[in-house]
Amino acid sequence: MAQYLALTYTADVDWFAPEQAEAVAEYRVFAKENAQHLKASAVLHPTSTATVVRVVGARGGDVITTDGPYAETKEALTGYYLIEADDLDAAVAIAAQIPAAWGGAVEVRPVLAAN
Amino acid sequence: MHDRLAETVRIEGARILATLIRTVGNLQLAEDAVQEAVLAALREWPATGVPPQPRAWLTLTARRKAIDILRREGARAAKEREGADLMELSRPDLPPEGVVRDDQLRLIFTCCHPALAPESRVALALRTLCGLSVAQTAAVLLTNEAAMAKRLTRTRQKITASRIPYRVPADADLPARLPAVCAVVHALYTSGHAPVGGPVLVDVDVCGEAVRLARLLHSLLPDEAMPAAVLALLLLTEARRPARVDPAGEVVLLADQDRARWDAALIGEGLALLDASLRRTAGVADPYQLQAAIAAEHARSASYAGTDWAEIVRLYDLLLSVAPSGAAALSRAVAVAEAAGPAAGLDALGPVPPGPRWHAVRAELLARSGRYGAAVEAATEALAGELTDPERRHQERRRAEWAARLT
Repeated sequence: MAQYLALTYTADVDWFAPEQAEAVAEYRVFAKENAQHLKASAVLHPTSTATVVRVVGARGGDVITTDGPYAETKEALTGYYLIEADDLDAAVAIAAQIPAAWGGAVEVRPVLAAN
Repeated sequence: MHDRLAETVRIEGARILATLIRTVGNLQLAEDAVQEAVLAALREWPATGVPPQPRAWLTLTARRKAIDILRREGARAAKEREGADLMELSRPDLPPEGVVRDDQLRLIFTCCHPALAPESRVALALRTLCGLSVAQTAAVLLTNEAAMAKRLTRTRQKITASRIPYRVPADADLPARLPAVCAVVHALYTSGHAPVGGPVLVDVDVCGEAVRLARLLHSLLPDEAMPAAVLALLLLTEARRPARVDPAGEVVLLADQDRARWDAALIGEGLALLDASLRRTAGVADPYQLQAAIAAEHARSASYAGTDWAEIVRLYDLLLSVAPSGAAALSRAVAVAEAAGPAAGLDALGPVPPGPRWHAVRAELLARSGRYGAAVEAATEALAGELTDPERRHQERRRAEWAARLT
């Protein structure tokens, strides 16, 4: 078994807005149907709530925080699922059911084994 | 003699690699073991003579080398050792033919996995399926050895880290996975047949390797239409190769080729494969079938003048509808000119994106319309871009002929 992080890139929406209710319901269906393969998941607030942190120079340098998205893009990181699967083909088969895969894109990244 | 020995050792090495990868569970380790066995053969055989069963010799040597590497790397390879089938590694006998064929298919589908970048698939196929060295792979793909080594390492890392399975896809998944495999074989042939620049028009070895891979793929999946069409296309193109360059290495255009020098046996084989492939396809023809049908149309014509150009235009229209490409649109314009005259050909060129070969075709059609001044200008534009040396010499010759008509 291996773990894969499936990052969802979609329109930069506020998932709590009433007009997203239908989309959120679709994600719930996906999560329910694939519950045994999903180890963790998160939904993110829109990028307008993001804070970018940088430390000047090296460790211990001045902390500079800036507001807003790191880069203005059409598709933003809006959430993730931690998938457990035998191999990449199995992980891709699950990722292809995430609604973001047709509303945007899903990036599947293997997670480095802990040992 | 030594070249033939090296060729045998390379092909046999590539053949045993697929099984060794499954046995040790690691692409890099298996590649290293086969490489060491190949080097040992090239070192020892010239002195001791080729052993009575070279395949067995290489297989057992590669297995021993794999065990050596696993031991040598100690703790670092502990994980690989867990995955390795040590029982099979220490067996003295050869795997049965059926097992080797399954392993070869596994390797083909792994190298051509859609999760790998297309350039990486071609590079990995040259390295593992054809057994070319990193330097040879770099030369075929027009890059340097260091860059190629880096690309191959990244590709193997992706296969390992993301766990691309070493497996033949289920029948239901074949239609989705076969196009990537066929694209690699076709890209390989194209890279040997029409390199973008460089001193020779045709790199004999790469075309031969691509044909060998196409034959292997078709023999492993004899009931699939697409590999049969790819093999048909390659054979029908390959059949014309002896006539494409003259003894001095200059380009001979299709119109001027000595058709007696076309390889009739390859043409016959290609036509039969194309027929068989088309019979297995219901509905829309795939791009390889259509390209093979165009090549077949040329192969069947006794002369350039007797070619059914209207049929070729129709096939290009079909090809462009399923797989639009600049190269196909350019070839279509040439066929239109033959079918309906240079003015119609120039019209057909209009929407095609320009490049050196586009300018060369335009120059030819302008000259045929008697517009020699414009033809010279177009030839100059073609020569400003990337062409192979024989193409360049041909273009310079034509430009001089047209310029002479102006004075």
